[in-house]
Amino acid sequence: MKRVLFASSAILALTLSACTDNSETTSDGASTGDSGAIAVSATDDACDLSATETGSGTLTFNVTNDGSQVTEFYLLGEDQLRIIGEVENIGPGLSRDLVMQAPAGDYFTACKPGMVGDGIQAAFTVTDSGAEMAASGDSAELVAQADEQYGAYIRDQTEQLLADTEEFTALYVAGDDDAAREFYPEARLHWERIETVAESFGDLDPSMDLREADLEPGQEWTGWHAIEKDLWPPEDGDYETLDQAGRQALADKLNSDTQELYDRTRDMTFTADQIGNGAKGLLDEVATGKVTGEEEIWSHTDLWDFQANVDGARVAWQGLSPILETKNPELDAEVAERFDELQALLDQHRDGEGFVLYTELSTEEVKELSDAVNALSEPLSQVTAAVLQ
Amino acid sequence: MFGALGVGAAGVGVGVASGYAVGQSDDDGSVGAGSGAEQYDFYGQHQAGITTPAQDRMHFAAFDVTTSDRDALIELLQEWTQAAAAMTAGESVGGPLPYEAPPADTGEAIGLPASGLTLTFGFGPSLFVDESGEDRFGLAERQPAVLNRLPHFPADALQENRSDGDLCIQACADDPQVAVHAIRNLSRIAFGRASLRWSQLGFGRTSSTSTAQSTPRNLFGFKDGTANIKSEETDVVKESVWVAAGDDPDAEWMVDGSYLVARRISMSIETWDRTSLAEQELITGRDRQEGAPLSGGTEFTEPDFAAKGGDGEFLMATNSHVRLAHPSQNDGVQMLRRGYNFTDGSNELGRLDAGLFFLAFVRDPDVQYIPMQTRMSAQDGLMEYLQHTGSALFAVPPGAAQDEWVGQGLFA
Repeated sequence: MKRVLFASSAILALTLSACTDNSETTSDGASTGDSGAIAVSATDDACDLSATETGSGTLTFNVTNDGSQVTEFYLLGEDQLRIIGEVENIGPGLSRDLVMQAPAGDYFTACKPGMVGDGIQAAFTVTDSGAEMAASGDSAELVAQADEQYGAYIRDQTEQLLADTEEFTALYVAGDDDAAREFYPEARLHWERIETVAESFGDLDPSMDLREADLEPGQEWTGWHAIEKDLWPPEDGDYETLDQAGRQALADKLNSDTQELYDRTRDMTFTADQIGNGAKGLLDEVATGKVTGEEEIWSHTDLWDFQANVDGARVAWQGLSPILETKNPELDAEVAERFDELQALLDQHRDGEGFVLYTELSTEEVKELSDAVNALSEPLSQVTAAVLQ
Repeated sequence: MFGALGVGAAGVGVGVASGYAVGQSDDDGSVGAGSGAEQYDFYGQHQAGITTPAQDRMHFAAFDVTTSDRDALIELLQEWTQAAAAMTAGESVGGPLPYEAPPADTGEAIGLPASGLTLTFGFGPSLFVDESGEDRFGLAERQPAVLNRLPHFPADALQENRSDGDLCIQACADDPQVAVHAIRNLSRIAFGRASLRWSQLGFGRTSSTSTAQSTPRNLFGFKDGTANIKSEETDVVKESVWVAAGDDPDAEWMVDGSYLVARRISMSIETWDRTSLAEQELITGRDRQEGAPLSGGTEFTEPDFAAKGGDGEFLMATNSHVRLAHPSQNDGVQMLRRGYNFTDGSNELGRLDAGLFFLAFVRDPDVQYIPMQTRMSAQDGLMEYLQHTGSALFAVPPGAAQDEWVGQGLFA
């Protein structure tokens, strides 16, 4: 059977309708006025483009370094100064795509072999293709707001973490084990909300949050999970609970590490991609550790951590949301919807102030949670690039 | 070896004009194990992957729809159609994205040819009406009368996590990496709307669907599917595979589609291997070396079910697989089988977790599959070595035209 090809407008209409959910960031570039990739050959003394004019919308430059030095490629504004888009650190022989949005106007392209000087510049024209453009504009102020907001959140959470850790370790050292067990997941909420920031300190994370399964041979086990095992000792096996001195040592170490974390986070600042990737990172933590029940293997309080990771991710996304609303409102709306769906699912497992234990979840319930994490993580993983566009 | 007819020629004969070969067919006469240049159009009257010459590898996936929004389901089918059209043409999913973004395509098929990839989509009965009888997407009135959960057959040992599903995708290709890449990317696109319920890899075809293909062997070591419907038998294909206008007045959207039966059949490999050749051949009904019926002849000789040996017993035993599966013993009905050998590693007893992932396409499962399976499950001598561990039935809609998306007719 042969079918006549329908007019391309019909295909385009389908393409567009099929893309409403994910907008241009996940779909075929053809849907947003893409005029085809422009090949750029960057050598030590030339910057050859396959075209010097293209339609407005999503522009794709496929930059190949045909020279012998590390190079960069820029799309500059009419003033030859303002950077509209850039790809850096392209090694000899390598190719990299620059994908970006650009409205109609006069531009300059530049290859910068050796990454020095003004580079090899040439005029470049973007004509009006009629493609709808995301609102442009300087988002520096919005990024500064996001940084301020996220920095304040981190400071607040570390402050609460410090207080709660001291309270928790005091109960543990005093031998008030029931109270310590009850408080354990609540105190950890503050840790899990800022987990990706805490993990950025490569020395603190292993000493504070290492799981037994992750220990290297000869490594001393300290931190939350060492105390967790001591409070929920395995019934059979050869684990011996710690004596008073052992408890005191773990408590002191956790308190001093937390103080160190507190001190280091007082003046932290965050770039948009750090915030965006932090949000994605927190959901990755959920997917790999919490939804599998591996994080809290003795206490089974994984759902508290789950909730806290989601809290932290939501705050990070909310900080970027004003930027995302201008750049890609569909993506922003999708992330919002998926956060709500995941939260609704989590709320089903609340028990009093906290949650049911991981071991009380059925396989189907775990699968549901995992599906909801996947559903949120996919669009969330696109936020950083969308914000940086 | 059969002559190289070229897959395109075979396809055209049965109205699968969408299937065409790019480049030339393989010189050595083998079809499907070639250069990977085979390429089948995603769009067409019928979906590809049914009468298409059976490719060597398979990844089959069943999904649960997790959204309750009809529009979101439609968007998923639209995005699947786009991605399927790209991948079956040997292209990547989506375009280039900024360096800071995760790539649209997962990448493991970069540089690989289309490898004869076909992607065949289907709808399970649970898509229409859920367990409590609720019309999930306003489709209940359009549920085909024959699209129901398969009944319990004697000796079934079905596992819930290997059975049923709201949606299915059969990915077949001559390169396993290409088939897995397709399911991986389609699953990723589905996040938030549908989630993977179960999936099955098949490493080698157990059926030939074209006279240009030699008959492969199943893991019992016997040729399988000798009497299968071949795409060149256009009248039989029309009669037995494709839903025709008037078959089901409430489901006219299924015209030119088909019904897909999937059964994961585990084999007791170790016990089979210590069975005498005499016993193996007796319960199969064919000789192992050539695949000829025990009543005599060569592989493609019609079995003589009346022939008896010196002991007065039928040469084709009454409990032999070939006798029970033969059209003459089943009111003349036939089905197009498209199954694959599988091995999912080994079990905790150190036995191979292996068998045959049975796939069949029929015009009417109530007539062409259920009666036969009921009889076979009770009488087939092979059942001693088989256990059905997964089961599903899907309605496979017709192919999409260039400006359509797969399954569009159901939502019209």
